[in-house]
Amino acid sequence: MYKEIRLSGTGGQGLILAGIILAEAAGVYDGYNVIQTQSYGPEARGGASRAEVIISDSVIDYPKVTSPDIVLIMSEQACDKYGNQVKTGGIVLLDDTNVDSRPVLDGASIIALPITEIARHDVGRQVVANVVALGALVGVSKVVTPEALEKAVLSRVPKGTEDLNMKAFHMGLERGRRAMTEHETP
Amino acid sequence: MQNKAGIGTRTKLMQGNEACALGAIAAGVRFFAGYPITPSTEIAEDLSALLPRVGGKFIQMEDEIASISAVIGASLTGTKSLTATSGPGFSLKQESIGFAAIAEIPCVIVNVMRVGPSTGVPTAPSQADVMQARWGTHGDHPVVVLCPSSVAETYTLIIEAFNISEKWRIPVVFLMDEGIGHMREKIEIPNSDELKIIDRVRPVCNPNDYLPFDADKGDGTVPPMADFGTGYRYHLTGLTHDKTGFPTTQRPEVDALIRRLNSKMDKAKQEVTFIDEVLMDDADIVVFAYGISARAGARAVREARESGISAGLLKTKTLWPFPDEYVEEIASQVKAIIVPEMNMGQLVLEVERAVKGRTKVISLTRVDAEPISPDEILSALKGV
Repeated sequence: MYKEIRLSGTGGQGLILAGIILAEAAGVYDGYNVIQTQSYGPEARGGASRAEVIISDSVIDYPKVTSPDIVLIMSEQACDKYGNQVKTGGIVLLDDTNVDSRPVLDGASIIALPITEIARHDVGRQVVANVVALGALVGVSKVVTPEALEKAVLSRVPKGTEDLNMKAFHMGLERGRRAMTEHETP
Repeated sequence: MQNKAGIGTRTKLMQGNEACALGAIAAGVRFFAGYPITPSTEIAEDLSALLPRVGGKFIQMEDEIASISAVIGASLTGTKSLTATSGPGFSLKQESIGFAAIAEIPCVIVNVMRVGPSTGVPTAPSQADVMQARWGTHGDHPVVVLCPSSVAETYTLIIEAFNISEKWRIPVVFLMDEGIGHMREKIEIPNSDELKIIDRVRPVCNPNDYLPFDADKGDGTVPPMADFGTGYRYHLTGLTHDKTGFPTTQRPEVDALIRRLNSKMDKAKQEVTFIDEVLMDDADIVVFAYGISARAGARAVREARESGISAGLLKTKTLWPFPDEYVEEIASQVKAIIVPEMNMGQLVLEVERAVKGRTKVISLTRVDAEPISPDEILSALKGV
């Protein structure tokens, strides 16, 4: 098992926290080796933001993602930059609330879900779009167990927001699973 | 700590910077003074929470110069002390690092390297302060420079940094880079009984007989160090001084002091040299790397082996004193040594000096704020 995951979007969307949560789920709760890195500009909000996670059952030497298995795209700019950098057989999970264009892919799948819209309307707070995205990512890829991700979310989110984040996670998970089933059985 | 995961276990996901802070606490650090700067800020942030819980003190000073000065003062009272910064702050601290060297005050200065010169790229990694770490302050001075390449290594190596600093009474520069500082990895926190912690040797003589810079009774290198405020009164100066600590310009005394200070680097060399050998047994091409670049080196060497190239990796955690005898010995056994660095080619100059023309030395440089990739090193390996 060796999986590379890239989460990309805009500063302020919580993607670096999402990367940390995913890494913690894989490393601390599912027991894999894991590395999480990020790249961001000096701005607190608005600049391009990218988090990367590598999950493996053996030693991880190089810490950067070179050929991702799963790419989450949360902004149009991220779509331009990373949309078609995915491994053959990989998955691009795209937030179609923010992204209108679609990358042209050869041998990889695109799953489009209204991630930010789900957070805003179904969960009730746009701020949890990152956790909806994590749920969806686990739903489409099974890269970590839902139980591990649930524990990691609870260990990292602010006190008092546990219920909101669990709701966000489960809605994302459900929508991700459903989208994957539809994708696999046309 | 922000990291609430795995409470009750020793398995944690954390950044290099967090591991640096936790390792420092384990080493016995009870004082931190600093001025926050990207990409080192998390070290200060974490220690501001951790130190008060263990009876230590944290001060955010008005600038970097005040920070290193406070650290020197705290160390003089017998408290293990740390400051952390990045390139611009490291430049400011240089004068006081020289003071710590001549006055023989143990302290550790963390520099989480970012792209320079000047403000450069604050959020991106670099390895361009290698020469500055050795020669940033003026005069012939001893300084040990250590460089980790993983989160787990950061934890254990910062403890070594303090052990070396305490034992030899010298400043130790802990040279991280943004890649290692901000990277999160899973680590197993060692139990405290697995760690070896060294404290400075203190005088046992009558305070009235104390000569603060008399090393003759020990190994001739390191004088015992009294804590300020314990009755051992002595004079401290950045001027060259005799055994009493008072200034001197007498040529034999100046000569003896400068030679004794620098002899620390030679005497300590073997025990402060930390090099990991990976796939070196039958290697005929070697990647010699440190910090974040060693991670790309590890991948490149593994992939080179898959295509039948007998490549090996020497990952050095000690940059200074440069392990020249070690490199010289390797040089006679291999076809080439490849030195990947995120700078214009700094440590490669030391490799060339040590190799003395015995084998080919290839410098690989990258200065675009992205880490050297395994592919770049792999093509160099294939090109030999």
